[in-house]
Amino acid sequence: MIEVKSLVKIFTDGSNAGVRAVSQVSFTVEEGRFYTLLGPSGCGKTTTLRCIAGLERADEGEIRVAGKKVYSASDATFVPAYRRPIGMVFQSYAIWPHLTVFENVAFPLRVGKQRFSGDEVRKKVRGALEQVELGGLEERMATQLSGGQQQRLALARALVREPQVLLLDEPLSNLDAKLRERMRVELRELQRRLRITTLYVTHDQIEALSMSNMVAVMSAGVIVQEGSPRDIYLQPKSKFVANFIGSTNQLNGKVAQVGGDGTAVVKTDEGEICCAMLNDITAGASVVVVVRPESVVLYRQKPAQGANIIEGKIGAAMFLGEYLDCTVELGQNILQTHQPHSLQVRRGDAVWVELPAGDCMALPAEQ
Amino acid sequence: MSTLALPRSARDTLPLLRDPALLVPLVGAGVLIYLAVLPLFMLLLGSFQVEVAPREFVYTLKNYQNAYASEYTYSTFRNSLIFASGSAALSFILGTLLAWLTERTNTPLRAIFVPIAVVPLILPGVLESIAWIFLLSPKFGYLNVWLKYLFGLQSPPFNVFSLPGMIWVHSVGQVPLAFLMMVAAFKSMDPSLEESAMMSGGNTWQTLRRVTLRLLMPTCGSVLLILFVRTLESFETPALIGIPARIYVYTSEIYLAFNEYPPDYGRGGALAVGLLVLSAIGVWLYTRSTKEGKKFQTVTGKAFRPRQFDLGPWRWAGFGFLMVYFVFVVLLPFLVLLWASFLPFFAAPSWDALQKLGLDNYRYLGGFRPFWEAMKNSVILATLTATVAMVLTSLVAWIVYKSRLPGSWILDFLAFVPITIPGIVMGMALILLYVAFPIPIYGTIWVLLIAYVTRFIPYGMRSASGSIMQIHSELEEAAAASGASWWETFRRVTLPLLRPGFAAGWIYICIVSFREFSTSVLLATGESRVLSILLFTMFEQGQVTVVAAIGILMILTLLAIVGVFYKISGRVGLQT
Repeated sequence: MIEVKSLVKIFTDGSNAGVRAVSQVSFTVEEGRFYTLLGPSGCGKTTTLRCIAGLERADEGEIRVAGKKVYSASDATFVPAYRRPIGMVFQSYAIWPHLTVFENVAFPLRVGKQRFSGDEVRKKVRGALEQVELGGLEERMATQLSGGQQQRLALARALVREPQVLLLDEPLSNLDAKLRERMRVELRELQRRLRITTLYVTHDQIEALSMSNMVAVMSAGVIVQEGSPRDIYLQPKSKFVANFIGSTNQLNGKVAQVGGDGTAVVKTDEGEICCAMLNDITAGASVVVVVRPESVVLYRQKPAQGANIIEGKIGAAMFLGEYLDCTVELGQNILQTHQPHSLQVRRGDAVWVELPAGDCMALPAEQ
Repeated sequence: MSTLALPRSARDTLPLLRDPALLVPLVGAGVLIYLAVLPLFMLLLGSFQVEVAPREFVYTLKNYQNAYASEYTYSTFRNSLIFASGSAALSFILGTLLAWLTERTNTPLRAIFVPIAVVPLILPGVLESIAWIFLLSPKFGYLNVWLKYLFGLQSPPFNVFSLPGMIWVHSVGQVPLAFLMMVAAFKSMDPSLEESAMMSGGNTWQTLRRVTLRLLMPTCGSVLLILFVRTLESFETPALIGIPARIYVYTSEIYLAFNEYPPDYGRGGALAVGLLVLSAIGVWLYTRSTKEGKKFQTVTGKAFRPRQFDLGPWRWAGFGFLMVYFVFVVLLPFLVLLWASFLPFFAAPSWDALQKLGLDNYRYLGGFRPFWEAMKNSVILATLTATVAMVLTSLVAWIVYKSRLPGSWILDFLAFVPITIPGIVMGMALILLYVAFPIPIYGTIWVLLIAYVTRFIPYGMRSASGSIMQIHSELEEAAAASGASWWETFRRVTLPLLRPGFAAGWIYICIVSFREFSTSVLLATGESRVLSILLFTMFEQGQVTVVAAIGILMILTLLAIVGVFYKISGRVGLQT
């Protein structure tokens, strides 16, 4: 439904040196799927979205939306934003303050090529508002809605034309934590119900992981990894992805032995660690072993069996409600761990750390 | 920061023509360039020319010689300098004192004073001068007569027909401006800067001297500068008071050159160019100093109230000062005009005069055709100028701030160029332009429209760009993403959101156009006379009481326009 090929966008300032905001980005969003561009600020995800929307003009590459070519550098095609079959939700919602709730949603039906009769407009607007649970608020001025309501209004407006593609630019970032949690679920349910092709942009990895069918992690204008949420989280292909998605611990070492079935043994300062290894890394190469804080298990006594058992000392233990945030000193390294709050430990206690082999991943150490 | 992805180079411009509505702002830009640049160019050209035979021009420096090396050059220069610096100083002192009393002290009833201080802006400059002539003219001025009577004086204590008189009258008209600027400066001072001075051991006086005044200095400098430049450019007081007193300043010289027979356009042009240069330097210095001043500005997102100085028992002195100012400077001129308008001929208040009060003047005006012509012209010009200027500047502001067309900053610059052009210079420039290219609009209301619109574009631009900048780009992008073309977006989103700024600019330009004098004095002739010119000519002819009646009607009309405007904007749901 959305095909992006080798997209390049350069922003120039006065001098000739430009910033490659988007550099050779290619991906495809299949029909009815929820695809997320995830990355830190400045990685090019919003620029990519805006190029697809037609609000920015790329420099190279090709974009197809719903099978139609909307941008091509090679034959100078550029379909302006208002002729693309899209609906878009902006980060600031961009609700028009001088219009009522009804008029905001009715706007897309009143402009553009297709004309609807007054009754049709009313029916569609009511339907859209009901879909986002804003029914009954038609006559209010748009500015009289709360933040969460405005966000849903923006959504209703984007969907009222029943577009082929829905584009969302960090729509939840202005909401408070509780509302964000709720909206994540609601958005996902809505998308599933309508089966609308959705491209979502965010820097929040929880949103990306919980809502998407596919996630593309971007950094400095390129896609560094593309995959399902599970793959991205459990099998990151680079240190950047591992670090960006959730927090992670890193232990430096050298590959001692390569097992044939995607495992390896890595020699680190704390001893030898058995871990998983997906990339093509040869023996002797420098790697970094990453393990998620929630995977680390702590024991008061040395457990009888298990791989990767190392002795350590508790650094600090913070009670965060849902879990105990424990830092453990392992030699020169400090591990961050999440422990059940039933674990009774204090600063300075000696503990035994288990790094389950299946939860450790060896990644190439970047230069 | 972009809205719609407009083409970035000429190569991409061709697809632009597929969306012809985009040409509208470009045409607006073209008009702007025509208005701002062409007259100035002709002025410069004309100042170097002398007409040796009908329609035959020769290039020469003689005009500049006549203008700047004549026997009058020194006195003109001296008078202009004294007039401008005296006015700037006096209006600055009064304005600052009033602003300080209302903003930074606990003077009682100071809150109602703010709108009162601004009321004199409704009074056209010509009327202000006339009212003070009524009050301070040596032979018949009311204040002189009363003071002579009260204190048994031999000669009148005040003579308005003098440089000090000119300075007083002009300052009084400028105080509202100085007041507003200083109020803004006081409002934006961070109290914590003064508080930390006091915490460090300074007393009130020391704090005032070392912290408050130092912080204000850049602003004071720029305010003084703008007052100086505006005085230099003004013509109302020099015309009504200076000329009878034979005190000539630059603007009077330009007017006189024009009024000779045959008119000496060359000398007038040369003088105008000189004034323009002075004005441009002044404005340039002003913009530079306000940029410096921004360093001292400490407005953050948080709202705060600046510290109030507790004046103790002295606050009643402050209150007294406000009352005296209100009665003498705001109320008195208006009352004098009202009184004079009911008199068949000018006389001091007495029982005798009271009996002669009547509506004769108003009845006369009822059937006086030139009055209704002038009223019609003034009202049409004011409303038309405001509308044209605001539409033009809205389009230009959109190009400058919302499109990404290369070189749009030039438009921003051009839109502010007219602020350096003194009114009378504008008149001179347009005369030279239409002498060279005689389109038959000279002598009609249309040349006045062009002059007014050009002059007031900077004010319109300020309102329009302030408003446009506040329109978040995403509001227009959301319209595009919802399927609206450029024109649909502009019509349904940009323009409605622009309305408050549009309205504010409209009413301001309407008021200043209605009051306009220094440009009209050269361009408004015969059929195209406006009210301020009618006042001037009739006053010179000695029909002073009729003039007072015209003045009152003028004020009432202006109030009516403002009233209707606020009524309409209320109904349409604007907040200005």
